[in-house]
Amino acid sequence: MGLLSDPVRRRAIARFILRLNTPLCVLSYVAGIAWFLALVFPPLTQRTYMSENAMGSTMVEEQFVGGDRARNFARDFAAHRRKSGSLPVAWLERSMRSVGLEVYTQSFYRKLPFPDETHERYMVSGTNVYGILRAPRAASTESLVLTVPCGPDSTNSQAVGLLLALAAHFRGQIYWAKDIIFLVTEHDLLGTEAWLEAYHDINVTGIQSSPLQGRAGAIQAAVALELSSDVVTSLDVTVEGLNGQLPNLDLLNLFQTFCQKGGLLCTLQGKLQPQDWTSLEGPLQGLQTLLLMVLRQASGRPHGPHGLFLRYRVEALTLRGINSFRQYKYDLVAVGKALEGMFRKLNHLLERLHQSFFFYLLPALSRFVSIGLYMPAAGFLLLVLGLKISSTLILSTHLWPASNPFNSNPIQCLVGVLDLVHALELWMQLHEAGGNPEEAGKAPGPGSPPLAPQGVGLASLMAPLLISQAMGLALYVLPVLGQHIAAQHFPVAEAEAVVLTLLAIYVAGLALPHNTHRVVSSQVPDRGWMALKLVALIYLALQLGCIALTNFSLGFLLAATMVPAAALTKPHGPRPLYAALLVVTSPAVTLLGSLFLWRELQEVPLSLAEGWQLFLTALAQGVLEHYTYGALLFPILALGLYPCWLLFWNVLFWK
Amino acid sequence: MLADDMACNARNPKPATVFSHKNMELNVYGDDVEVDYRSYEVTVENFLRVLTGRVPPSTPRSKRLLSDDRSNILIYMTGHGGNGFLKFQDSEEITNIELADAFEQMWQKRRYNELLFIIDTCQGASMYERFYSPNIMALASSQVGEDSLSHQPDPAIGVHLMDRYTFYVLEFLEEINPASQTNMNDLFQVCPKSLCVSTPGHRTDLFQRDPKHVLITDFFGSVRKVEITAETISLQRDPQAVESRYSSQLLHG
Repeated sequence: MGLLSDPVRRRAIARFILRLNTPLCVLSYVAGIAWFLALVFPPLTQRTYMSENAMGSTMVEEQFVGGDRARNFARDFAAHRRKSGSLPVAWLERSMRSVGLEVYTQSFYRKLPFPDETHERYMVSGTNVYGILRAPRAASTESLVLTVPCGPDSTNSQAVGLLLALAAHFRGQIYWAKDIIFLVTEHDLLGTEAWLEAYHDINVTGIQSSPLQGRAGAIQAAVALELSSDVVTSLDVTVEGLNGQLPNLDLLNLFQTFCQKGGLLCTLQGKLQPQDWTSLEGPLQGLQTLLLMVLRQASGRPHGPHGLFLRYRVEALTLRGINSFRQYKYDLVAVGKALEGMFRKLNHLLERLHQSFFFYLLPALSRFVSIGLYMPAAGFLLLVLGLKISSTLILSTHLWPASNPFNSNPIQCLVGVLDLVHALELWMQLHEAGGNPEEAGKAPGPGSPPLAPQGVGLASLMAPLLISQAMGLALYVLPVLGQHIAAQHFPVAEAEAVVLTLLAIYVAGLALPHNTHRVVSSQVPDRGWMALKLVALIYLALQLGCIALTNFSLGFLLAATMVPAAALTKPHGPRPLYAALLVVTSPAVTLLGSLFLWRELQEVPLSLAEGWQLFLTALAQGVLEHYTYGALLFPILALGLYPCWLLFWNVLFWK
Repeated sequence: MLADDMACNARNPKPATVFSHKNMELNVYGDDVEVDYRSYEVTVENFLRVLTGRVPPSTPRSKRLLSDDRSNILIYMTGHGGNGFLKFQDSEEITNIELADAFEQMWQKRRYNELLFIIDTCQGASMYERFYSPNIMALASSQVGEDSLSHQPDPAIGVHLMDRYTFYVLEFLEEINPASQTNMNDLFQVCPKSLCVSTPGHRTDLFQRDPKHVLITDFFGSVRKVEITAETISLQRDPQAVESRYSSQLLHG
């Protein structure tokens, strides 16, 4: 007989898998975490190198000297902005025209789903101003973008000044082969999103914007600039974008090359580069930077205008000038030269950036870990789930009767519609039969007895599934829908109402499992929890696998927290301990924990009260960003992981 | 034959010029440059057709190699190459065997008297290893296994302007005038390893004359051999010969 159809051999294999299961699971989990921590050490982390030949090693001499002009522009901009209270559109148009660009404006309007407390806005309307520098001797087929996001106050006026001075300098050169768009947006990222959607002629976020009058060709790359003062001590670069997308590594390599050439101090995640990678110190610092990047990427927030460009496969970076307490300061000329060099090199490109990596992790500005080397970490964690699935499958069916089960009654189900539901019924029936061995011995032939628990088995599995998914749907839909009702009945503002409703529904889900399988009142099979756990494990493995492929950081973070709790959960054993473990690894608590970890890594630790406030703000921002930019963290957690977690909660409290 | 995408490229800050050095002394894309095949016409097939003469009847004279058995031909090739091949336009390659066979066809059709082949690519010596037709002399910028390097970047443009071997050969040739008596042995000495970093090579075994008796101007400068003669040649027509020819034509009508 074949290996799998011989019941003796099958039982031997099953016993073998079951005996090794727990040690293998533990080993696999530890291997996953250890692999992740080992990513900062030299053979797994490599030096970055420029892959694109067209942007190669030849450096161009920069000739930008417009520092004074930039400062004048900045001063004028700040003054006009203070006077008008919003973006001084007429002044910007005049200045851009005087510099020699083709100027266009675009107005946009967005009513946010609920008031945004951090930015203090609800019904947002604004105007973007952009000027196009046409390539003198080329058709306008490609373009580059330099964008400066302007918030409600004058914090970014120096960047606007530098943008205008650079535009004036670029206008006098004849070597541009791509058009350059100088974009000043209002209301930060909302304006950028409006402009991008109008430029690419789509509407994904419900923002209303006037169509663009002037276009320039397919955008090849974009650089966003934020400067708080006219002297900077360091330039901080941000790469993580919306939903964890990253620009091509070559763009970061380009920036780093110009940092080195101009002698600028460049930081990643606000941290300096460790010099010494041979001893333990460098890798430890690299681990901090790596964890910061993982947390940022997992949050799926845009972190800057570049994050919104990435959705259209436009490679983009955000550069922030930081002015801290250091002796050596760089003025606008140095920053302008770096930007000029970057744009000249991008000008040399004949194709889109495609030679270097699109998926990577950065322990430092000049080191990276490629996807082929970091993916095994997530793989080991998902292997734990795979092992648990196989052992649960065997355990839930190992009490198959000695006779070939395909001879007995369930064959009539198989003869019928062979879909997954009936297959599940089969499993339920089989461990019905296994749970009552005397019954299997008594009634081997076809008959009605298994038909009675058949309905129970199906219902007792579908009920938790449907209720969990319904809770997830409620978590996704109700907070925003019901904000006005909640604000009427309770003395809270709308934004607080949304967040509190979120938390209320989340906690209400915890109260449910004691009631779900009382829905069906007849006899409840004893091993039903194994089938439910099997379904929950498969669901979790599928979700985490898919998430880890597109956003490794989110997948790894969720796997690292949820996999042990999911694997250990069972109704027998120390229930309070398992309950505590499950609560601690639930998505909301993971979010809370990562906020604390993030601040700890940035060396600005939080107290508990501050942490709780930040948590509430993060919840509100998460929901808001889903509606305004299409960030996917909120739907993934609410519709995918929270129901899955509820299933495990159900398994834990199975009676 | 040039891809011809550099001089008038939108990225060239000095349009319509290609300088050999950033000091802008010598414009190699000047008024006396004649490009017959440019951009997409530069293919391996067109190159071999030009060499062997198998061009379509509609090809204009400027796109043909109008050579006969008394012509000396200079072929200079440069670009990216490797062991046994040279890259054409990022899409195809010509191998040393194809080239050798093309030269043999030329020899058999008596399309050249002597041929000078200069190649400046990485591992350029591999390209002349397979030649087997007589009267070919070949020079290359590097041996098999070596890379040919470029000379100097121009920071105003952001690219390297010229390869080392070509730069030094150009420097050498700028001093040649139509009357100079410099011979091939001097050309072999151009760009030693100290300047070129790679080791230039040459091949003269197929050539029937001794290289030190071969003038540079045999191949460069369109110098034609002019003999001054003191005899007078009568150009009077012989009327009888003319009439007899005409009468026989009238007979055979």
